[in-house]
Amino acid sequence: MGGLVERTSLIAKAKVSKLLDRAENPEETLDYSYEQQLVQLQNVKRGVADIATAKQRLQLQSTSMQEQTAKLDGEAREALKAGREDLAREALSRKAALQGQIDPIGQQIQQLDAQEQKLIDGEKALEAKVEAFRTQKEVIKAQYSAAEAQVQIGEAATGIGEHMADVGLAIQRAQDKTEQLQARAAAVDELTESGALEDFTAQGDDIDRQLAQTQQASQVDDELAKMKAELGQGSPPGQSDPPKALGTTS
Amino acid sequence: MIVRLMGEGQWRVDDGVRARIEELDAETERAVAAGDEQSVQAALQAIHELVRTSGEQLHHAHLGASDVVVPPADLSLGEARELLHGDGLIPELP
Repeated sequence: MGGLVERTSLIAKAKVSKLLDRAENPEETLDYSYEQQLVQLQNVKRGVADIATAKQRLQLQSTSMQEQTAKLDGEAREALKAGREDLAREALSRKAALQGQIDPIGQQIQQLDAQEQKLIDGEKALEAKVEAFRTQKEVIKAQYSAAEAQVQIGEAATGIGEHMADVGLAIQRAQDKTEQLQARAAAVDELTESGALEDFTAQGDDIDRQLAQTQQASQVDDELAKMKAELGQGSPPGQSDPPKALGTTS
Repeated sequence: MIVRLMGEGQWRVDDGVRARIEELDAETERAVAAGDEQSVQAALQAIHELVRTSGEQLHHAHLGASDVVVPPADLSLGEARELLHGDGLIPELP
């Protein structure tokens, strides 16, 4: 089966020759190739623009999740002021769980951002290549017979096809990442609205889950202590109160 | 020879680099078989580094095809498997 490079080189060649085979009449090859390239360039531009739009939407969602954590923080503070440490603890637990979801989403948005930058570079290179092809085809048409021209231009068309395959894969990967992120953000939204965020850690295996819970618990303890210190509270009142559920936080 | 690093562009490298690329490519094959994503990415990353440091990048308006096409260095194991065994990962051209 060979390695990844061998296989990729082979597949790229196969896809490109399939594309070039569509132009069967040598008389038409040059203009047909160019027209096809213009259509593909438009498709690429549309793909890149769609990813930019989806990324902006994800950034907005991420911002609103951050606002949600700030809101939970405020609720915890109010609860402490009212002497309800149990409620404060629950709000902070939700905040920790939410933060644990937001951080990876933020990292992935950054990755998407880097992918988008590369896509824009790829789109610009495609544009430059198509323009270079247009110039070259006119020169070749003027100097060679149709059959000779086809040979001359074959290499150029193959090069553009290869670049197209490259950008095509980049768009597909960015789309996949966008979809994963959208699903993840939607899941967090849903859990935030239903108030079931603390169950979110149940996705990993048992050890992951326990680790996450332990980390979150100590984070909650730390934040609670800090908040109490800020509010000038010594030993916390109401610790023996039975925990009561907070309302949904949306 | 001309090498394309997918997502990065094309480089002109000395023909002598091919042997080293093939060695590293054999590592990608072993790593995929072992289900070791980290090693897959490390080997691909090494190929990208090798080409970038030993070659000369071609202008983006260059029109020629490449002799060797290297997949993106951050390929996941799933993507690597699809490339080797499935439809070949690269989408149909429009």
